[in-house]
Amino acid sequence: MRDIYLDNNATTKVDRAVVDAMIPYFTEQFGNPSSIHRFADGVAKAIKKARSQVQEILGAEHDSEVIFTSCGTESDSTAILSALKCQPSRKEIITTAVEHAAILNLCDALEKDGYTIHRLPVDRCGRLNLEAYKSMLSDNVAIVSVMWANNETGTIFPVEEMAEMAHAAGVMFHTDAVQAVGKIPMMLQDTKIDMLSLSGHKLHAPKGIGVLYLRRGTRFRPLLRGGHQERGRRAGTENTASIVGLGKACELALEHMEFENTQVKAMRDRLERGIVEQIPHCFVTGDLNNRLPNTTDIAFEYIEGEAILMLLNKAGIAASSGSACTSGSLEPSHVMRAMQIPYTAAHGTIRFSFSRYNTMSEVDEVLKVMPDIVASLRRLSPYWDGEGPVANPEQAFQPTYA
Amino acid sequence: MWDYSDKVKEHFFNPKNAGAVAGANAIGEVGSISCGDALRLTLLVNDKTEVIEDAGFQTFGCGSAIASSSVLTEIIKGLTLDEALKVTNQDIAKELDGLPPEKMHCSVMGREALQAAVANYRGEEWQDDHEEGALVCKCFAIDAVMIEEMVWANKLRTVEDVTNYTKAGGGCAACHEDIEAILERVLRERGETFDPNAAPVEAPILAVAEKKPLTNLQRIKKIEEVLNSLRPQLMADGGDVELVEVVGNTAYVNMTGACSGCQMASMTIAGIQQRLMEVLGEFIKVVPASQMPKSELVQVVAHA
Repeated sequence: MRDIYLDNNATTKVDRAVVDAMIPYFTEQFGNPSSIHRFADGVAKAIKKARSQVQEILGAEHDSEVIFTSCGTESDSTAILSALKCQPSRKEIITTAVEHAAILNLCDALEKDGYTIHRLPVDRCGRLNLEAYKSMLSDNVAIVSVMWANNETGTIFPVEEMAEMAHAAGVMFHTDAVQAVGKIPMMLQDTKIDMLSLSGHKLHAPKGIGVLYLRRGTRFRPLLRGGHQERGRRAGTENTASIVGLGKACELALEHMEFENTQVKAMRDRLERGIVEQIPHCFVTGDLNNRLPNTTDIAFEYIEGEAILMLLNKAGIAASSGSACTSGSLEPSHVMRAMQIPYTAAHGTIRFSFSRYNTMSEVDEVLKVMPDIVASLRRLSPYWDGEGPVANPEQAFQPTYA
Repeated sequence: MWDYSDKVKEHFFNPKNAGAVAGANAIGEVGSISCGDALRLTLLVNDKTEVIEDAGFQTFGCGSAIASSSVLTEIIKGLTLDEALKVTNQDIAKELDGLPPEKMHCSVMGREALQAAVANYRGEEWQDDHEEGALVCKCFAIDAVMIEEMVWANKLRTVEDVTNYTKAGGGCAACHEDIEAILERVLRERGETFDPNAAPVEAPILAVAEKKPLTNLQRIKKIEEVLNSLRPQLMADGGDVELVEVVGNTAYVNMTGACSGCQMASMTIAGIQQRLMEVLGEFIKVVPASQMPKSELVQVVAHA
């Protein structure tokens, strides 16, 4: 049996058509797009085409609003640091407690430098309180940065509405949309979103290419200064082959948008339903009615995520976990903590994230092995006894914590 | 995914002694706050001989926590309680052919569960004797609490001080920002300010680098001195180092005890090399004796 890849929120396979589109820009058209000779004459045109392909998937008004960067993290840092630099008198940032590390760790560092960071909490379903958000908007806020969709649970935030509110208060709005682009339709020209981050490798383009969408007229200060590339807004020789690849990937994602929201969603739903029906004491996390079509995050109570992943891996299935032990830092998932998921469940969360390359038969394979994996680990668990959890699990087992 | 040894995988995929022992008369329940793992160890102890006749574990935790629990039960079955208490977390890690630095706390949890179970059998109250913090130095597995305590106890002021006292930051140097943050915090509490260019405190430093080139005998003596000064740190981790031979600017050493087979042995050797170069003021290469060329082995035999 071929290995089953259900970790597409971590990264995706580069589409064959994307690779094919890229190859000539390594081997034949390898010239620097700034050069005036035949090795370069097709490159600038190819970049222009890629820019319009990105423009189209974002629904941006102008192609010059697309700035190519090296990754989503660079786009995030550029956006936030630009807003601070443009508005030196504004010393506050509004974000959420469940952002990606690319935003949270940057904000932590800025906090040490004296900025005030407002981290919006979420409820048990991972939803924001817009009243609380509204009360934080003021002339002291330089920028709001809220992710479009959460990488762990797939929960979608109302960024369009939040951008309107920020705009009304005269505050810049940025969204980290690396999980959302290519999975849900967007039309940025109809919104008040000022900046948006996108990452190529989340939508079947290669790693090492990203985009910062910058609405025309939004005040901006570059992170990298140097040459005139990207109209001076992001200096550094263009990653030509990857830019071409990203353009192609955006075109393909747009073609598959309906498939993503029907067929891919159907696979996700079937897996989720199958697991919840077959396995006792597990539940889906996040806002079930407002989620990416490809993501499900399921908490298996009384067992730990890394152990589940190791057994899944042995069965040829790749997924990921919000458990503490799978990250290098040993920190439990901040998303699960923010949703106040009890730790006996938070440590056992498994995220399955699909792509258009998955199939229904793969879903059936996972459903075949999952119950035994969970049961075998529960047999080892001090919170479990025979067919169910021990009575009052958290009282019955109270270890001394070091 | 973690780089687990085959031994870890074997104990994880086929755990030994899983489940509670029926009629257990010694029970230890401990958890590790840093990652939320928890372990219940149940023992059946012979009342007359104090021999552990059976051992079982129930673990809520990751692959290495389950493997550490499994191997612990295998190690202690058949031992008396006093013998079992001598089992260290390094023994557990060694039996698993090493654990990644971030996962060493799983072996610590095993040892603590054992201590707690013995205390439970003897009707004593088990007190945890160590506090665990977030891992700062991944090269040498040093956590924040350890660094903070050393900064307080020895009035350390610079990153270099911290490296001299704890090894933290002596490898890849990526954690220096985190170490500076700890220094800033502690120094503020002490009413001082952090100055990255402050003079180092009186470190456990040997001699200042000498200007004159060393004779081979002087070099060997110096190397011995440095190794002796580093030995207490290694021994605290259950390991040791011995000098086997010096050929030109290459020192051949044997890493023993917990150092042998430890996944961090190469980092430790790099640390020793760095230290030797600082003290001797010349380039020294430290190489495991196992990698000594045959021709030089003959020399060693001839010396002996």
